[in-house]
Amino acid sequence: MASDGGRKQFWKRSGAKVPGSIQHVYGAQHPPFDPLLHGTLIKPGSKPPTTPVKLKKVSTFQEFESNTSDAWDLGDDDDELLAIAAENLNTEVVMETAHKVIQNHSKLQEQHKFQEEHLQEKNQEEFAQLTSIACGDNRLVKSVSEGHTSSSLDNASENSSMQRSQSLPQTSIPPLTSGMADFNTSVTPALTEREASRLDKFKQLLAGPNTDLVLCPESNYCTTYESKTRNKSLEKVQKDGMSAEEVIKYNPEDELRKLSWSGIPKRVRPIAWKLLSGYLPANVDRRESTLQRKRKEYFAFVEQYYDSRNDENHQDTYRQIHIDIPRMSPEVLRLQPKVTEIFERILFIWAIRHPASGYVQGINDLVTPFFVVFVCEYIEEEEVENFDVSSLPEEVLQNIEADSYWCMSKLLDGIQDNYTFAQPGIQKKVKMLEELVSRIDEQVHRHLDQHEVKYLQFAFRWMNNLLMREVPLRCTIRLWDTYQTKLDVADLLLCDFCENRIGHFNDVHLCGGMYGSKSTLAGVIFSV
Amino acid sequence: MPFPSTGADDAFDYLFKIILIGDSNVGKTCVVHRFKTGQYNEKQQNTIGVDFTVRSMDIDGKKVKIQVWDTAGQERFRTITQSYYRSAHGAILAYDLTRRSTFESIPHWIHEIEKYGAANLVMMLIGNKSDSLDKRQVLFEDACTLAEKHGLLAVLETSAKEAQNIEEVFTLMAKELIARNTLQLHGENPPNSFSLDSRPVIASPSVEKTQCSC
Repeated sequence: MASDGGRKQFWKRSGAKVPGSIQHVYGAQHPPFDPLLHGTLIKPGSKPPTTPVKLKKVSTFQEFESNTSDAWDLGDDDDELLAIAAENLNTEVVMETAHKVIQNHSKLQEQHKFQEEHLQEKNQEEFAQLTSIACGDNRLVKSVSEGHTSSSLDNASENSSMQRSQSLPQTSIPPLTSGMADFNTSVTPALTEREASRLDKFKQLLAGPNTDLVLCPESNYCTTYESKTRNKSLEKVQKDGMSAEEVIKYNPEDELRKLSWSGIPKRVRPIAWKLLSGYLPANVDRRESTLQRKRKEYFAFVEQYYDSRNDENHQDTYRQIHIDIPRMSPEVLRLQPKVTEIFERILFIWAIRHPASGYVQGINDLVTPFFVVFVCEYIEEEEVENFDVSSLPEEVLQNIEADSYWCMSKLLDGIQDNYTFAQPGIQKKVKMLEELVSRIDEQVHRHLDQHEVKYLQFAFRWMNNLLMREVPLRCTIRLWDTYQTKLDVADLLLCDFCENRIGHFNDVHLCGGMYGSKSTLAGVIFSV
Repeated sequence: MPFPSTGADDAFDYLFKIILIGDSNVGKTCVVHRFKTGQYNEKQQNTIGVDFTVRSMDIDGKKVKIQVWDTAGQERFRTITQSYYRSAHGAILAYDLTRRSTFESIPHWIHEIEKYGAANLVMMLIGNKSDSLDKRQVLFEDACTLAEKHGLLAVLETSAKEAQNIEEVFTLMAKELIARNTLQLHGENPPNSFSLDSRPVIASPSVEKTQCSC
């Protein structure tokens, strides 16, 4: 990956088709961007986390953030997403979108500093590599793109050509972008045009009679009727050559998952999460009754089991939960007595209903995102931070509790082997990460290997807590928008995110000439 | 045991790996945090798997690098944490002196070490939370008896909150490891004779209550 700084590069598959690549593939900046040398560079629009987390964590995350603009920056990827939606639309629409892209891009170019572009380029290049790997192509062809960023027109045309050639958008690893918007816009309360259109899209989708979640075959709610209609409309598409717009109208085929992949607007996030997790049925008519039934069911569990928390065979579980909750990071929600009670109940009920794993430390962290997101459904305040939860009506709190329980439960269903004996799920994912790093960043891989640093030593917690300890909560929530789409590559996404972390470490420390003994190296990794 | 350094920046005379084990919520991470940063964190999160800390100390003119492997107390992480036992030179076993059950688990932890650790691993016992003496449930004498029975190096009552005996724990451990290592290097005694030098050393310089002559 060594090259001179001025050159733009990108990764490209050798074939004409580029399945999965939906973003621009810019060149990379080499040598990698070093924040120590470019100390003045601060991203416009990014605000430092205001939450009172440990100082060290804040600074390292900021470093991370500034090095990973693809994930946290408000890039122009939303436009791309819109453009993708227009993939099968007529030329007029495509042209219109292309113009929009051009406009937005030129605007961005004015706003952004030159160096920041390099950052994005570098990261996008990394993503492109990953994408190629995700598509099972080892024969990465490195080539030089001419004037890739110099002309926004080029970008737009390339953009649309890439969209046409891509056939499987869900296998791509798009940058985690726009979802951060709703957190950042607390500075500018008015929604931008793009955000508004995104929100509309979600609302439209969610209001439809059937939010089709076809990629979730395990969902109990996909009735035969629903799948029949889906198949019919698919046939219709093939026969009549319906336009994409019509397809979406008649058959919002996994549209929610696709949209959610790149972030869910705050306002629709509660319902979107409930749908994505499989807690809510796709059919809008059955949602309310399901909610009521499930909430009732949860409180029946509470009634049935919660008193047993002091029984001999459950007291260890309860005691562990009881001591873990007060020492959770109070990053967003002050741990009010009410909240503590709710968390204890959720975790205890889950634990005794899942004896194969039981309660394992780290699971306690996983309740928080759901709870925070669902509280936001009921409060107007922008910041949950100072909100007094007990001011909510009891009934509302109960709903939040039950919804959090079920959604967490659904999430854990997919990863229970992370928490069973010997934690095979984590072992597997860490292996995956190792494999990924060894293919993408051989230099780092070799360095770790030489110094006998095992991936499990630093990546264990990343996987055990789904990165919740590594990034601020607002970012976890955004990350989970994507994670919960349950697309095949969700695990890969987690690994990719970790790879990015290691990559970041690589840029700052490894190339900075800080080769050290194993202890320094491991120390650096652990403190990142 | 020692890994003589080759890099000039990173020179040290000794490198010791010390594993910190004990039941959940006895304050292992706070002890390490105090040792590393000199600070106390009221809201220390539970440890997942193993955390890693390194600090250099100057002991009798020697630069000693101490790697502390701070483990999660919960049973489920045992498979992960056990894999660190083998390469450790020393083990610090921690209990919470305000919670009897954590002390009662100590024999179990010693057994773990004997099972998975190196044969000549140095073990030390610490009773944390000595700032809450009014809630004491474990007598220092009991700890001494236990330590003697299992041939541990020492027992110290510590407080991560009030910075009591934290530095001493690691200094003592390092000194013992240096001493054993010197013997080993000079080959004066066969390894088994180390036990002669590792009689329990009960170090409690501060409070007279925490002194015990076994």
